[in-house]
Amino acid sequence: MTGLIYAFLAIGAAFNALGAVALIRFPDVYTRIHGATKCTTFGSIFSILAVAVYGIAHGGGAGGTMAVRAFLALVFLLLTNPTGSHALARAAHRSGIKPFRAVVDRLEEAGHPSPVTRHGPEETR
Amino acid sequence: MIVALPFAAAGLAMLGFILVCMVRLSVGPTAADRAVALDTINTLVVATMVLLGAAFDLVVLLDVALVYALLSYVGTLYIARYLERGLS
Repeated sequence: MTGLIYAFLAIGAAFNALGAVALIRFPDVYTRIHGATKCTTFGSIFSILAVAVYGIAHGGGAGGTMAVRAFLALVFLLLTNPTGSHALARAAHRSGIKPFRAVVDRLEEAGHPSPVTRHGPEETR
Repeated sequence: MIVALPFAAAGLAMLGFILVCMVRLSVGPTAADRAVALDTINTLVVATMVLLGAAFDLVVLLDVALVYALLSYVGTLYIARYLERGLS
């Protein structure tokens, strides 16, 4: 049980670190949403799973309560995080931010034009 | 009390990742970049709260993490709506 907790904590910390690095390294807002959201959601799920396993191994009333609360937090995070990122990406596209070195913009061709055409600072250099 | 110190160490690591995200929050060129950085920081704060709740053996901190997850989601949706239409 302790080994499982260690493994889950390590996986969670590694993927959260990857998400933070993705926020620094990627060139525009869409790739940043892509990297940061997926990595931090996955890493947080494993961090919270470690707490749930700890609660189960703890046993008794307090451990069971901790496991249930951790599992609820996991489900909330799993449901709300991709939804929020979708809303952010759609808002970025509708506020006129172009993807870095975009070749085709299928969303704009499909009849969802950006109201204002504003170029990101990465594209103007 | 099987393992409490690894949870505290993982929580401190999350605080370090939050500091890395704050770089993007401060230098982000557009408003959407800052919103994405804030969203990432919210997720990491929820993970930190849950880990520190296990480290201190306090179930109350996990309740706080639950409420924080829901409220940060609502905040992200508000910011996205503001970016999209401009407060209308």
